[in-house]
Amino acid sequence: MNNLNVAKIQLNGNPYEINNGTNLNELLNRLKIKKNKVAIEVNGEIIEKKKYPNLILNKDDKVEIVHFIGGG
Amino acid sequence: MEDVFTIANKNFNSRLIVGTGKYKNFEETANAVKASGADIVTVAVRRVNILDKDQPLLMDYLDPKLITYLPNTAGCYSSEEALRTLRLAREMGDWRLVKLEVLGDKKTLYPDMIETIKSTEILVKEGFEVMVYCTDDPILSKKIEDVGACAIMPLGAPIGSGLGIQNTTNIKLIKEQSTVPVIVDAGVGTASDATIAMELGCDGVLINTAIAEAKNPVLMAESMKHAVIAGRKAFKAVRMNKRKYASASSPQSNLI
Repeated sequence: MNNLNVAKIQLNGNPYEINNGTNLNELLNRLKIKKNKVAIEVNGEIIEKKKYPNLILNKDDKVEIVHFIGGG
Repeated sequence: MEDVFTIANKNFNSRLIVGTGKYKNFEETANAVKASGADIVTVAVRRVNILDKDQPLLMDYLDPKLITYLPNTAGCYSSEEALRTLRLAREMGDWRLVKLEVLGDKKTLYPDMIETIKSTEILVKEGFEVMVYCTDDPILSKKIEDVGACAIMPLGAPIGSGLGIQNTTNIKLIKEQSTVPVIVDAGVGTASDATIAMELGCDGVLINTAIAEAKNPVLMAESMKHAVIAGRKAFKAVRMNKRKYASASSPQSNLI
């Protein structure tokens, strides 16, 4: 039986389970990621940091979290 | 006033920009950057590794408050990919000064200039200050300037090749006609290549592989710092004319 409280999203290309109603701030907290070091895209749209608390993730959302790495 | 290096109305002391890729670890990256004296470092935008939360972060080793991060679009083969990458970089912390590179071919990593010009135009309209990696073609580099690039960055040779500046004549032509800084990006293999770029009159040099792949990257970084300074000073001093035959350095009169 499916757990109704859980939703599956695509996080950086991989399936990832979140609780229903999770917002972007909560997702970052769970991942132990500081929001000033990343940028986030949901379904191809870049999300401003101030909108993180109000953006509730839904089933099948495609979330990309990126940061800076070494490069030339 | 010192010989200040200005890009998009911001002043920098060092004319050497260094990349942060290909190092053994972040500690070596940080040591090399420090030895190079660079004020600007290029960085790439990539997915966070969700599975390994304890992996070290570049920002923990190179403080973006102390050194200017120049986000790049390495690995992007279309305008769409490049724009997406730089918009994400801007969202990360309001980075507006960016390095655009839109590649055309995996083997040569040569820039796709049609996509590059298109992307530059869009980014400039969105308020970015765009430093543009381009071919060493004077006509195309002029078009890059015309659509609003804040710096033109022609390749000296293919990225990571270490072949040195292949077409010094073109680089010189590009420098002569440009009103924005010209920075040789890619192709430098060792210190003398960096010096040549500066002697040609270029405003700066961007180096990654030549430092990171040296046996001693930190020592090579320091060498590049001096090479860029030496080339710049030689350019400003204006070199002597070349002669076909010798010209004695000691006086020819009163010989014993």
